[in-house]
Amino acid sequence: MVSDPTPSCEFVADVLAGRTRAVARLMTRAEAGTDECRPAMAEIYRHTGRAHVVGITGVPGCGKSSLVTAVTQAIRAEGRTVGVVAVDPSSPFTGGAILGDRIRMGDLVGDPGVFIRSMASRGALGGLARATLDAVDLLDAAGFDIVLIETVGVGQDEVDIVRVADTTVVVSAPGLGDDIQAIKAGVLEIADLHVVSKADRPDANKTVTELKQMLMLGLRDAASWRVPVIATSAETGEGIAELLAAIDKHRTHLSTDGNLADRKRRSAEARTLKIAEDLVRRHYAARRDAATDALIDQVSNRKLDPHSAARQLLGTLNSEITS
Amino acid sequence: MTSEDDKIRVLIAKVGLDGHDRGVKIVARCLRDAGMDVIYTGLHRTPDEVVSAAVQEDVDVIGISLLSGAHMTIFPRVIELMRDADAEDILLLGGGVMPDEDVVELKAMGVAEILLQDTPPAEIVATVKRLVEERGPR
Ligand SMILES: Nc1nc2c(ncn2[C@@H]2O[C@H](COP(=O)(O)OP(=O)(O)OP(=O)(O)O)[C@@H](O)[C@H]2O)c(=O)[nH]1
Ligand SMILES: [Mg+2]
Repeated sequence: MVSDPTPSCEFVADVLAGRTRAVARLMTRAEAGTDECRPAMAEIYRHTGRAHVVGITGVPGCGKSSLVTAVTQAIRAEGRTVGVVAVDPSSPFTGGAILGDRIRMGDLVGDPGVFIRSMASRGALGGLARATLDAVDLLDAAGFDIVLIETVGVGQDEVDIVRVADTTVVVSAPGLGDDIQAIKAGVLEIADLHVVSKADRPDANKTVTELKQMLMLGLRDAASWRVPVIATSAETGEGIAELLAAIDKHRTHLSTDGNLADRKRRSAEARTLKIAEDLVRRHYAARRDAATDALIDQVSNRKLDPHSAARQLLGTLNSEITS
Repeated sequence: MTSEDDKIRVLIAKVGLDGHDRGVKIVARCLRDAGMDVIYTGLHRTPDEVVSAAVQEDVDVIGISLLSGAHMTIFPRVIELMRDADAEDILLLGGGVMPDEDVVELKAMGVAEILLQDTPPAEIVATVKRLVEERGPR
């Protein structure tokens, strides 16, 4: 489908007023990567920065969606509102996806204080971070107090997303193999909080102990923030209140010791550079003009080295990409 | 630059009491294999939950499967809720078992298509694509 030719700007006021349809529609346009929505998204961005953005990551099946549901219920019980962006992998073959996180989130549906959006990871063109963060911006601008991002902690794209969150929660389930899954997923270092899920299971204690030992190895600067390990159960509710308190405490910690500004700046940097990278990639994926072909022929014929050719390409890029 | 992809988004729900979702899972996989994003909401959903989720997910199509025989109460309710939510541009598809005269009546009410049980997957995919194309951009 082609998106309609009317500018998305008309949606902005509706998004700021928190109207579901407008938020949802603009998310679709932003996800599709259409340039028509950029002016609207630029305006939206100016209204962001208020929400507490929490990334929740962990290997498939470790209990993220169940945890999101339990935490969301706890937040709602306090009267705060919650936006959720749940990312599932796309099929590398067809680009399609089955987004199943909602199966566990059924209890949240119908509450106007909760907005859940499922998103496919897409892959190849690396647009995941962009699409996800656009969705987060929309929920932030629409006034949701806390925005939870659920991602599978594998792949650079997913890690990029949780990195820009204010607070990153890494979930490990007991019994999913001997080594701690966070290590496998390469996300141990980015955790502000560790959760051991399914604490109703007898093997949960072992995972808690392993994680605590891991953290004692001093992967983090202990003087600033002590990374807690919290055992939770979505079945019994154990640890959920404690987790929410820790999430809030982390945000307070960030804003009182001045790290929040630092962190926001780092994420602004990461995000900007990532978009620049994507723009370049997209540009070359979408178009091959004669000049580019000639350059590539030269490299192929050993008349020119690839490094010089790349520099020449970038030299002409500026005017093309910004127009 | 133009849009890098305009995926068809479909929400699939099982409404009613019957606890079998093998059929809808097969449909979900076929649609995914045709390149669509399929949001599967699981079993025992109410019409309210389906419409509310569909609006947040901004889907092109809602597919409701039910075998419980309650189609003549559930579909009208869904249509009513879609109207209330200003979401009538979403295409409503039904699947399951029902007599022909009910199919005719439901289509008159605004259900875009009914795919009876045993409709081959390829035909389901083709129907979704055709209906979305006919509806056009929104
Ligand atoms: N015993 C127990 N099982 C749980 C708990 N939380 C989740 N599970 C089970 O673990 C499985 C996966 O749960 P999800 O919440 O879907 O996990 P997920 O990490 O979101 O999974 P993906 O999104 O597929 O990566 C399901 O079968 C849940 O019933 C818990 O607290 N206790
Ligand atoms: Mg999940």
